[in-house]
Amino acid sequence: MSHSRSKHSFRTRAIHVGNEVDPQTGAVVPPIHLASTFRQPGAGEWGDFDYSRSGNPTRSNLQSTLTSLEGGCGSLAFSSGMAAIHGVTMMLSTGDHVLAGCDLYGGAYRLLHKICSRSGIDVTLVDMTDTGAVEAAIQPNTKLIWAETIGNPRLSIPDLPSLAKIAKSRGVRIGVDNTFGTPSLIRPLECGIDIVMHSATKYLGGHSDCLGGTLSVADQILFDELYYIQNATGAVLDPLSCFLVSRGLKTLDLRVREQSATSLKLAVWLQQHPQVKSVLYPGLETHPQHAVAKELLNGGFGAIVTFELDAGIKETAKVCETTSLFHLAVSLGAVESLIEQPATMSHASYDAADRAKFGITDGLIRLSVGLESYEDLQADLEQAIAAARAK
Amino acid sequence: MQTDMSIESDANSGSQSSPNSSETNSSAADGSQVVPSPPLTELQPEAGLSTRCVHSGERRQKSEGSITAPIFTASTYTFDSTESLMRFVNGNEQREEYGRYGTPNEKSVEAKLAALEGAEQAILYSSGMAAIVGLLMSKLSSGDEIVFFDQCYHRSREFCTKHLSRFGVVTRQVKTGDFDAMEAAINRNTKMLVSESPTNPHLTAVDLERFAAVGKANEVETLIDATLATPYNIRPVDFGVDYVLHSATKYLGGHNDLMAGVICGRKEQLESVRALRGILGSVNSSHNLYLLERGLKTFELRMQRHNENGQRIAEFLDAHPRVEKVYYPGLKSHPSHEIAASQMRGFGGLITFTIKDADWKQTAQVVDAAQIPRIAPSLGGVESLIEQPLVMSYYHCTPAEREQFGIADNMIRMACGIENAEDLIADLKQALAT
Repeated sequence: MSHSRSKHSFRTRAIHVGNEVDPQTGAVVPPIHLASTFRQPGAGEWGDFDYSRSGNPTRSNLQSTLTSLEGGCGSLAFSSGMAAIHGVTMMLSTGDHVLAGCDLYGGAYRLLHKICSRSGIDVTLVDMTDTGAVEAAIQPNTKLIWAETIGNPRLSIPDLPSLAKIAKSRGVRIGVDNTFGTPSLIRPLECGIDIVMHSATKYLGGHSDCLGGTLSVADQILFDELYYIQNATGAVLDPLSCFLVSRGLKTLDLRVREQSATSLKLAVWLQQHPQVKSVLYPGLETHPQHAVAKELLNGGFGAIVTFELDAGIKETAKVCETTSLFHLAVSLGAVESLIEQPATMSHASYDAADRAKFGITDGLIRLSVGLESYEDLQADLEQAIAAARAK
Repeated sequence: MQTDMSIESDANSGSQSSPNSSETNSSAADGSQVVPSPPLTELQPEAGLSTRCVHSGERRQKSEGSITAPIFTASTYTFDSTESLMRFVNGNEQREEYGRYGTPNEKSVEAKLAALEGAEQAILYSSGMAAIVGLLMSKLSSGDEIVFFDQCYHRSREFCTKHLSRFGVVTRQVKTGDFDAMEAAINRNTKMLVSESPTNPHLTAVDLERFAAVGKANEVETLIDATLATPYNIRPVDFGVDYVLHSATKYLGGHNDLMAGVICGRKEQLESVRALRGILGSVNSSHNLYLLERGLKTFELRMQRHNENGQRIAEFLDAHPRVEKVYYPGLKSHPSHEIAASQMRGFGGLITFTIKDADWKQTAQVVDAAQIPRIAPSLGGVESLIEQPLVMSYYHCTPAEREQFGIADNMIRMACGIENAEDLIADLKQALAT
């Protein structure tokens, strides 16, 4: 990473840091290194790279860019977002306790409840927006607090600086999934968070065409610990995907700001729609953590809009199936807009009781707003809601 | 369409379907192995530009339900029986045959580009030069003549004057924007009028309505290289221009990581062009087309920033005491500002400027002092590039030739990327202070 670049603004760094000109050829875009292994200068003498699981130039470039964007000391690219979270939980041991947010991605919920639990790691879910409740839920064996900067699917926004303070005072590590927030809108390391995780599949890659996960940290000892785990367990991101994520990062800021602006307009429109019971969007004053969102998020409230239809499970499903621009698919964060029903799709891995408890109702719809124009997306939703009602 | 089986299937290459016409696929019920392609995403006529960038030309339902286009690396496409092959040869089925004649990735990107350009069809080539060569080779024969405005990409000029000339094609160059000279140069052998708009590197905007009208009045076809403008800023077919050329390597791909070219126009006029491409084979790999398609998804956002950066940096340079002259159509001082402002939505990211009282070495010092833009040819990518035309492209010309082409020793060409304008301005400020 070039330190002279650190004075530049976000968008400039997204384009230049980690994309240094290839010294051998002058290529303005670094070459993609597919090599699994690297020739060494001598027996027992090691070059910068030896074996691609341990380090790869293309992956290293992506990690440098991300470190600059998240404002940390180092980043690691994993083969998926889940692999990245798993990397974090691999730091735990039998008998440890994890405190996680109750507004949590279904895959993280499953990892904690179905996989980590098998290793004798205990999990408690708590409302991360209630800092008092978080503090009260910390146990002597709590080793990790895991939150999301913008919760999934209810878009709850925890007060990260306060959470970081609590975690620090109790000697507990705190990691956050910043997938919905993106470093363009919020940089949790600057709030005192220890580990920032991304599903790079979403906004970082941004084009629905590669899987990836990342961890960024501000502490070298923690970085070394996570690097050791990644190298030992091997869930690294392949060079072609690293290239695609790096390419995506160059337009991250443009995409996220545009998508956030469109999302706010859609949320305002949905709010006055007669068939819509409620809209959850951090940019709306009705959002319970709107004040926190305004304070923490810089220049946008993200591009996920959740709303609840005044409808049952079937009619809600019908809306999701009737859109002509929004694609019916899980995932999010890309140029094309997606629509899904959390109860049957992204959060189907929750127990029914937990779904009810955490407000993942049958009428809930989650939108991932892409780059299409607001007018086109609004017209599409309007016709889909009308068509489903007419059935 | 021939019915005689003895005719080589190569003869079909000229009848490859347009990107939008493959809706008529036969159904699978007739025994065909090829499942009919699902329809393209339907867009309203008034759909926004980014909506088109993301969805135009793409099938709503792709193979395996993929959100993004699968990359077809196959060089050839199978027929399940002689009967199925005959259906194809007889023109009763539109489908893939051999990679050189078209691929699913190519069709989809061509349809997207045609939608952005407001043209009936687009034909992709392996580079911008391959595109202009492909068009001219298919439209010109020995004894034909072309007339073009003299400010242009030097390789386009070189192809016409050094290579087309070997095949008996006469090239006449007239001063850019001098329509009287252009009319005077047209004779009964003239087949094509060629110009860039804006031109490279002087950024002269050409009055496209007049350009197209001169062509029509003389029954000569017209070609505009709109690489520097892009369909975000101008759509030449809306002015009556016959063919639009882009080096898609630039703003369309947008990430300085692929080479491609495209010709847009009317289906009927492009049939022979497509047929010749099938023979000459300057086509793209599907890997490359995928990157181009991916780049197009953020086209509108990138162009907004390129335009904004171009305008702000041009204004900064214009006010700088060390800068002698700025060539940017968005500046009132630019000779073709009025034409540009009347026909363009924005003016792009390319700026040419000269340094006051500087020789070539002092000019090179400014280029070398810039920290953000890298020294390289090309333009239109997210990262800014800078170069001194004297050294980069005209080094081997005589001083007389350079004067003829308007290339001054103290000239710098900067291709603004999409970095923050404040960073680029701060960088240029320090570079100009050296």
